[in-house]
Amino acid sequence: MASHTDTETGEAAALDGGAQIRFDKVVKQFGDNVVLRELDFSVQPGERVCLIGPSGSGKTTILRLLMTLERANSGTIQVCGQYLTHMERGGKLVSANEKHLREVRKRIGMVFQQFNLFPNMKVLQNLTEAPVRVLGESKAEAEQKGMELLELVGLAEKAGAHPSQLSGGQQQRVAIARALAMEPDVLLLDEVTSALDPELVAGVLGLLKDIANSTDITMLCVTHEMGFARDVSDRVLMFDKGVVVEEAPPEKLFNAPDHQRTRDFLQAILGRS
Amino acid sequence: MDAWEWEYAFSILPDLLRGLLVTFQATVLGSALALALGLVLALVRRSGLPILSQGTWAFIELVRSTPLLVQIYFVYNILPQFGITLNSLTAGVLALGVHYATYTAEVYRAGIDAVPRGQWEAATALSLPSSRVWTGVVLPQAVPRVLPALGNCVISMYKEVPLLLSIGVLDLVGRAREVASDSFRPVEPYTLAGLFFLLLSYPAAVLVRRLERRVGIAH
Amino acid sequence: MFDDLTRFLAILTEGVATTVFVTVGGIILATVMSFVAGLCMLSRSTSLRVVSRIYVEVWRGTSEVVQLFWIFFALPVLIGFQLVPLWAGVLVLGINHGAYGAEIVRGAVQAVPRAQYEGAIALNFTPAQRILRVILPQALVEMVPPFNNLFIQLLKGSALVSLVFLEDITYQATEVLLPTNSRQAFTILLLLLMLYLVLSVLITAVMRRVERRAAALVGRGPSAEASDRAALMGGV
Repeated sequence: MASHTDTETGEAAALDGGAQIRFDKVVKQFGDNVVLRELDFSVQPGERVCLIGPSGSGKTTILRLLMTLERANSGTIQVCGQYLTHMERGGKLVSANEKHLREVRKRIGMVFQQFNLFPNMKVLQNLTEAPVRVLGESKAEAEQKGMELLELVGLAEKAGAHPSQLSGGQQQRVAIARALAMEPDVLLLDEVTSALDPELVAGVLGLLKDIANSTDITMLCVTHEMGFARDVSDRVLMFDKGVVVEEAPPEKLFNAPDHQRTRDFLQAILGRS
Repeated sequence: MDAWEWEYAFSILPDLLRGLLVTFQATVLGSALALALGLVLALVRRSGLPILSQGTWAFIELVRSTPLLVQIYFVYNILPQFGITLNSLTAGVLALGVHYATYTAEVYRAGIDAVPRGQWEAATALSLPSSRVWTGVVLPQAVPRVLPALGNCVISMYKEVPLLLSIGVLDLVGRAREVASDSFRPVEPYTLAGLFFLLLSYPAAVLVRRLERRVGIAH
Repeated sequence: MFDDLTRFLAILTEGVATTVFVTVGGIILATVMSFVAGLCMLSRSTSLRVVSRIYVEVWRGTSEVVQLFWIFFALPVLIGFQLVPLWAGVLVLGINHGAYGAEIVRGAVQAVPRAQYEGAIALNFTPAQRILRVILPQALVEMVPPFNNLFIQLLKGSALVSLVFLEDITYQATEVLLPTNSRQAFTILLLLLMLYLVLSVLITAVMRRVERRAAALVGRGPSAEASDRAALMGGV
């Protein structure tokens, strides 16, 4: 799958030292379906950004592109001042190799809708596996950090349990701890409460609010939980059909949206006019 | 002449048991080869490497679609031409192992494919090195799930070990044939051989079925 | 080189008639045994279930080679007369693979949704009508791929008859060609393998047609399926 980029002609988007995440004219399509159309958007360090919008509007694709689970068809993505899927070679941009990808990817952590904990490892090992194998931490270091994180998410007593013995909400909290164990600069949250039973959602959202309040970590969330978006985010982006329809701080977007599409969507989700 | 003489039946037991021992040997050695080689084949198939992965596919299809008996003759007759002389048992075990490796390769493949995509994605998100993704996440989930199917492969191999008598291996049935032709009494040897097979393969099959149920519940 | 190839092929193909005969005969017998035993395993009569279960376990649990020798050498002693070798070969292949096929039939029939049984009962079908007109047609499509594999297994099993001196293609290779052409064992055996490959491709091609016929029987396609179901549930 050859990835044609504007940048290969030399007109590279300049490296932006300020923004932590930057998408430049990113296009992503699956077959005939164009999911992202020349998307430009950026996130500053420490910002909390929520992406809302109907299914298929491209929000999750943005996260998956950042996590290198997908490759863009054209355009560039920068993370922490470095190109994500490209490298500079002799003044031009070429497709990044695995080594470069892994370097940049270490700055990013992701929590998935389906938790994706490793069922063949106990809870604590889920947290220590990557720090030991990837960051080169010693087992003792990693376990100590892992236990601290489990304290943070309120599941210290489950360190020796298997994921299958935990409820959905508990598994998701472990998944959050697992992502934090890698000490990322950016945390991606992909509809992390959509697969949970309603009574477990509050616990996870509460944890995320705590993390937002007590750390500087940049958070990029795709969510349908409007209350959470309103409480936590600095900026909300409304997506539809691969483009940003509206972008505003939560007070503005939720109370007095400019665009009809945003109004329609909010009405459908929140039942208000 | 009676159809069945108990005295005669007992007298041939030692010979038959000696043959059974050889059958076991062949089963154990053949299974070890099949289980190990099968995993290698499955991984090569999946690797997507240009010539190797398609070549492996072609090899698997060829071996699976043609009779084991012919493959046994093949190994036994061809290897000497390449300067490798093996005794019958070794040649037979080799043929058995390679033949059944193509079956276990399919089983492993199914098990690996059944590991949810989310597991691969989480491993990518954590930047785990590829060797660790396989040894720490994917294989520990794939293999236990397919143990019953692997068990069935081993049982099937056990039942095909007698094919080795075509190249002179004196396994259970090979001995039975020897005994039957010496004494002109075929009923006792062949019936006893059949019973020996049943006595071992039936409980094994039941065990595998029980394992299937346990694995089904656990996942 | 090519003279050799044609000579080898000519001698090998002398055995094709035997291979095809035992294979086709075996397939027919195995199919019959599969359905009879498979349906018996699902019958309400305990004795039928037990007998068919014993058949399946015994013939699956013993080695095909043992069965072959037993039918060829031991059975004649017990019943007093010699079986025609070709038919004995058909018998072994058919009974052995019928035991495996019985499980396929049983599994496919059990996989038909319970609702179909209940619809048929509600419409007052007799048990025989239920099986023949409702359940089996729906189970047939599921059965075809596993039966395809089974028949290819049977084809591979047919090579065994060379061990009892039936002149099939394997016999032609190992008893006729190899002894006098041991230097060309590679070519001969490779040709033999190719012949089996061709035959197995033929079997698969035929089974694909069968699958299409079976699918047509249940009118694979949403509207046809829905109207069938509607017809069945009409009286409830």
